[in-house]
Amino acid sequence: MRRLLALAGLVLCLVLAWVAPSMAQSGGDADSSQPSVLEGTLRVGFDQFFAGVEITVADQSGTKVGQAVTDSEGQWSVTVPGAGAYRVTLDESTLPEGIGLREGFESTVEVAVTEGASRAVVFAVGEAPKGTPFGERAAQTVFNGLKFGLIIAMSAIGLSLIYGTTGLVNFAHGELVTFGAVIAWYFNSSWGELNLIVAAIVTMIVCGMLGAGLETGLFRPLRHRRLGIFQLVVVTIGLSLLGRQVIQLFFGAEPLPYTDFQVQERWEFGPWAVTPRELVTVAVIIVLLLAVGMMLQWTRFGKATRAVSDNASLAEASGINVNRVVLMVWAMGAALAGLGGVFQGLDTDIDPFLGFQLLLLIFAGVELGGLGTAFGALAGSLIIGMSTEVSTLWISPELKFVVPLAALILVLLFRPQGLFGIKARVG
Amino acid sequence: MDFDIIFGNAARAAFGPEAVILALAAIGLNVHFGFTGLLNFGQVGFLLLGAYGTSVSVATFGWSLWVGILVGLVLSVALAVALGFPTLRLHAVMFAIVTIAAAEIIRILIGSTDAIGLTGGPLSVSFDAGAFYDLNPYPDGPHDRYGVGTFEFTGQQMWVITVGWVLVALVSLVVFLIVRSPWGRVLKSIREDEDAARSLGKNVFSYKMQALIIGGVIGGMGGVVDAIKTSGADPNGFRPQVTFFAYTALLLGGAATYLGPVLGAILFWFLREWIESFLRQLTAEAWLPDAVADFLSGSEGVISVAMVGLTLVLLMLFRPQGITGNRIEMQLDAR
Repeated sequence: MRRLLALAGLVLCLVLAWVAPSMAQSGGDADSSQPSVLEGTLRVGFDQFFAGVEITVADQSGTKVGQAVTDSEGQWSVTVPGAGAYRVTLDESTLPEGIGLREGFESTVEVAVTEGASRAVVFAVGEAPKGTPFGERAAQTVFNGLKFGLIIAMSAIGLSLIYGTTGLVNFAHGELVTFGAVIAWYFNSSWGELNLIVAAIVTMIVCGMLGAGLETGLFRPLRHRRLGIFQLVVVTIGLSLLGRQVIQLFFGAEPLPYTDFQVQERWEFGPWAVTPRELVTVAVIIVLLLAVGMMLQWTRFGKATRAVSDNASLAEASGINVNRVVLMVWAMGAALAGLGGVFQGLDTDIDPFLGFQLLLLIFAGVELGGLGTAFGALAGSLIIGMSTEVSTLWISPELKFVVPLAALILVLLFRPQGLFGIKARVG
Repeated sequence: MDFDIIFGNAARAAFGPEAVILALAAIGLNVHFGFTGLLNFGQVGFLLLGAYGTSVSVATFGWSLWVGILVGLVLSVALAVALGFPTLRLHAVMFAIVTIAAAEIIRILIGSTDAIGLTGGPLSVSFDAGAFYDLNPYPDGPHDRYGVGTFEFTGQQMWVITVGWVLVALVSLVVFLIVRSPWGRVLKSIREDEDAARSLGKNVFSYKMQALIIGGVIGGMGGVVDAIKTSGADPNGFRPQVTFFAYTALLLGGAATYLGPVLGAILFWFLREWIESFLRQLTAEAWLPDAVADFLSGSEGVISVAMVGLTLVLLMLFRPQGITGNRIEMQLDAR
């Protein structure tokens, strides 16, 4: 739990209102024979639920119409007499010690419910703010930002190298990240119960093979058919939808946790309190990024990759096996993306949207740095990671993804080529 | 296995309000992408503003529904202008990513707990669309049904879809007229070769901006229909995949054609609902092994969306021009 506290400063509790989106199902006509229900879940993050909290429902005139107590999973529901507006009150004195309503939220909310429908009611509760000094919180968010930025940077390598060598913008890259996270979960928590470190290595191999398979089975033939850039982008969007749904089909939409390294004692370094898990994450990624950088700079394969990025036809004419280079880039990029998914899954929880959410930030990082620049992509990713986490000092953690995306749009307004890109006239 | 029910469900989805909404979103995208070559991946943002503009005006500010609709459409224009200025000069792929990001920013802001007072935040917002239903000419008793067999609608639904399809027809007509005009030919020339259009003295930026606004407002109308249909709006209904569904409909029917997006939207919902209903019926069959039935049941929606993804891939591989399109017009290189 302290992990989440450190992450968010103030942990957000949400009643997930999975009101089935109206566009998703058309078969569900409102059935007027069913009673109207108000319901909700009291929880913080995905693993802390509050039982025994009293909730009272009254109608507009103040007459009590129902009462409920949350169960062990924090859930409550009250059947109300019919359509109309109701006042739902949470008894704050029944909340556990140290937990309170978030600032700016009232213990009574008014909701309207229609006949035969169930309506989710949100009480935003979280750990009561403890008087951590601003400097300490700032230091902590900077570390979190560094870690998050590194995860983005590592996942971005594949995207940016594949773009560089083949010109493909892969919208399904996020699903490679998700795939890494769920495969590691499968080996770690479901089948085999491998140690997470072993599982992560196996995951990298599996993801690398998947990447190589996608290249040989799909993208290489498509390049030979000379599909336009737009068609290729749409193919990757289709793959992204397909991949996400298949992952959801097999692993469900509920968040999954890894078995290992969940509860760890924090080590104190001056203003920082860091778990060993986070230190290892940061160290491993830095080592891998250095290795990739050195490889691109000095090895034969690295030089070949850069040559193909520069000019594929020229590289081919000088005897470089372009297809082999692209294959290796796909395998390596997918393996690193998968590992990025494992680290991200350790940090948050694994759900089918993990990668897609990261994808937008990966794009933001790559674009911010300048499309097709290796160093720029790293710097851009770090800026994105930092701004995401540091912004939580001032704004609600729910909104933290807004900051990097808005920063991206602002930067492009003044420097369309990105921070480190070379100016070229387009449009 | 009752195919009457399956086809009834599929036909209801194909001609119901969801198809109207998708058709409007796809017609808007057609103006952006099909005719101008703008890779707008944030169409859902226009729908969102149309829906929330209407809902919030009525629910929070207590304005009349008609004012609310106007607010929704004005907000769509505002988004197009705000989005166009920084991004229309970007590389096509960057434009795509920025538009996705912009739509996500709006969705996160509107759905956050900090916005509860204004938009309902994660609670979603609901309002009274009575002003619209008061005009309903169809008798709407509890037993009034319109249609044949399992393909039937209630009076209220009939009113929504009548207005909806008339709107789709009008919008399609307007798009047909403006794209056939000299103005439309400039749009197509920008799609084919921006530099050539510029060298002929056309203000490419201005034309792109106009296309972005027109397509955005059409998307906004889709949002308005969504708001009226559900008497409210929910942030979860406006995820980025809605844009991709609109692309699927557009590409299925044929981009850069006039009826393609409408046909595509109808087909999209027909097939998606058919698959979902079919699977739901299938899982109830006795001969199906329990393991398979357990695996499938509850995942019908997930599988049908997976099929959307597969359709997109297969379409691009084997028939990029869609059902009615012209293959040459889809040879876009989107530089």
